[in-house]
Amino acid sequence: MVNWGNLISQMFNGLVLGALLALISSGLTIIYGTLGVLNLAHGAMFMLGGYAGYVAYTYTDSFIIAIIFGSLFVMLVGIVMERIIIRHFYGRPDEDQLLVTFGIGMCIVELVRLGFGSLSLTVPAPKMLAGITSLGFMFYPTYRLALVGIIAVALLALFLVLYRTRLGMIVRAGIEDSVMVASLGINVYRVFMIVFGIGAMAAGFAGIVNAPVVSLTPDMGEAILVQTFVVVVIGGVGSFPGAIIGGLIAGEIISITSMINPGYAYVMLFAAMTLVLVLRPHGLMGSQSRA
Amino acid sequence: MVKRLTGDQEFKAAVSRRTLLQAGAGLVGGSLLPVGFAMPAFAADHPPIGTWPAGSSGDTVYIGAAVPRTGTYAVQGEDELKGAQLAVEHLNEGNDLIKQLAPKIKKGVLGKQVKLVVADSAAKPNEAVQAEQRFITENKVVLMTGSTSSAVAVALNKLAQREKVLYISQISGSNDTTGKDCVRYGFRQCFFGQTAAAAIAPVLVKEFGKNKKVAYMTPDYTYGHTVTKSMQDMTAAAGWTTVTNQVSPLGAPDYSSYLLNVANSGADLLINVNWGHDAVLSIQQAKQFGVLDKMKLVVPYQIPFLARETGGLMEGVYAATEYWWTIEDKYPHAKMFNDAFEKKFGYKPEWGAENAYISIVHWARMVEETGSYYPPDIIKTWEKGETIPSLMGDVHYRPEDHQCVRPVIIVKGKLKKDMKNKEDWYDIVEIVPGEGLMQKPDAFGCKLGDYT
Repeated sequence: MVNWGNLISQMFNGLVLGALLALISSGLTIIYGTLGVLNLAHGAMFMLGGYAGYVAYTYTDSFIIAIIFGSLFVMLVGIVMERIIIRHFYGRPDEDQLLVTFGIGMCIVELVRLGFGSLSLTVPAPKMLAGITSLGFMFYPTYRLALVGIIAVALLALFLVLYRTRLGMIVRAGIEDSVMVASLGINVYRVFMIVFGIGAMAAGFAGIVNAPVVSLTPDMGEAILVQTFVVVVIGGVGSFPGAIIGGLIAGEIISITSMINPGYAYVMLFAAMTLVLVLRPHGLMGSQSRA
Repeated sequence: MVKRLTGDQEFKAAVSRRTLLQAGAGLVGGSLLPVGFAMPAFAADHPPIGTWPAGSSGDTVYIGAAVPRTGTYAVQGEDELKGAQLAVEHLNEGNDLIKQLAPKIKKGVLGKQVKLVVADSAAKPNEAVQAEQRFITENKVVLMTGSTSSAVAVALNKLAQREKVLYISQISGSNDTTGKDCVRYGFRQCFFGQTAAAAIAPVLVKEFGKNKKVAYMTPDYTYGHTVTKSMQDMTAAAGWTTVTNQVSPLGAPDYSSYLLNVANSGADLLINVNWGHDAVLSIQQAKQFGVLDKMKLVVPYQIPFLARETGGLMEGVYAATEYWWTIEDKYPHAKMFNDAFEKKFGYKPEWGAENAYISIVHWARMVEETGSYYPPDIIKTWEKGETIPSLMGDVHYRPEDHQCVRPVIIVKGKLKKDMKNKEDWYDIVEIVPGEGLMQKPDAFGCKLGDYT
């Protein structure tokens, strides 16, 4: 017998979970789609955004400043990382790219642990968004409700940059055929750097806006990275809309399965990924050319 | 396939799905490789076994510790490691506390200096086994220790029995560690699911009454399942029923879906069996979802640092624990340990540290009593089950399952206004003697295995 109230609650919660996954995944997929580098430091970037925001919040007591600082700091780290290390790996085998980004991720995690320790830290939700809201069919944390709006705005901004600007046009062209873009006289390396920065910023932004929902630990990016990876595979590698669709599907799978049998929530997520890989190897929104 | 530009202006085929799958395989499967094992040299009186006699033929003996220094249990692993470091330091210097706990020890164990070699297990069984296997090969360790996850403890139990090297688990709450997965070469000092449940259940029934509806949150491995089962069994007589059991993977990044189910379950109490950072996060999110306003929280297997990490959320919450520093008023050994630990590390020891310290000292005492590092003889000394001192009174190990019979402490989170200092998080409700809490030695299917 289906408990409809619980089902609606879980579906709504899945939307919130999915929105966050979509935002983080979009950064990963943009970087992969354009640069061809699967950034395994993406989870560390997510974590770093949370910690950078925490520092800013501690000094200013302002959540807005924490968001701005956390995002820009991680963008800067991303750009520096791309300039100093990643760019040397564009021509290297995929395995090297995986290893170097995985290594960078470990270094970031351990540096944060060195500076802040392993004890978890908390960033409180802004006062106006604290507490619980009644939605009629359920009570839900107010900040999580706001989070949907915040992430929607962020994804819209990313969409506008990608689909309504010259830079976005170059990025999308680069995803399809970066050689042709270069042969048109466009400095693709500068674009690569910017794209890496934007991708990192998406993760950093997600890290700080998610901070009031979770408690910060240096290892928090690890589990998220795995989920993000699943989202990108489901949605389609390199596809921005795919990241959003994949994120929402992943959120719903986790939430709805947990209602039926919580022990299988994450199992079903991987089962869904397997199913997609079998039936549609390039992902739901991925084009054949990227597969 | 599409051609894409690479850094040195060369073309290179994109292998996107394969790359992703490689990444996934790398993430989830990284360290499953078995490691070889070298046999030690022969000695005169017994045939060599495990790392004996090679491991104790010099001036120094090694203890291999595999503790989580990263991941969900990292905080607790560090605390455990500090306890082990202090124990080794005290053994080597013949500290006054050691003289009281193991009078035969002078400086070092059987006159040999003890050194600790340490690896990060990340609370993963395969990484712990790899590390200990390396310590056996390279350092000829005479003792393995560390866990902070029963999955690790069970895996190291099996390694100990296979390699015939002694192992003392550290934090491990599963009934299986000295139950169906017990081994001749493994010993456990700390309390566990059965004793935690038997100790806290009467206190809970007295506080909250009979016929309560309970929601459980359970981590999905041996620790979680056995602790939840023990709590269900121990409260069944009082008419407590389980309305939902939310099983989640270790290190889940979010608990909202589980908490919605808990919120909608109509439970009177939430018994949270999650541990480490999982406990911190699930309790914080339970507060965000209003669950803690609807039902009372209980933590049957208390997590070191939980009160500190959750801020005020443990106020009024009942928990069962192994050790809380304020028992020093009652136990002089605890006072000596607390003072030494705080002097060295700058905070009050939590139970991970206490457990590591006393477990290693108990091992050292057994070696001294045996007068040899020959493992089968040490085990036989241990199996005499003699009453020996601990940091909180006398205890003994059961020969049938190698479990220490020791007290369990029931604590209740203090209100902030009642805290006398920044680490005064709990009131001690009761110190329950261990003897009455134990199951029959064969109740959980323990079969110890061979000595040689």
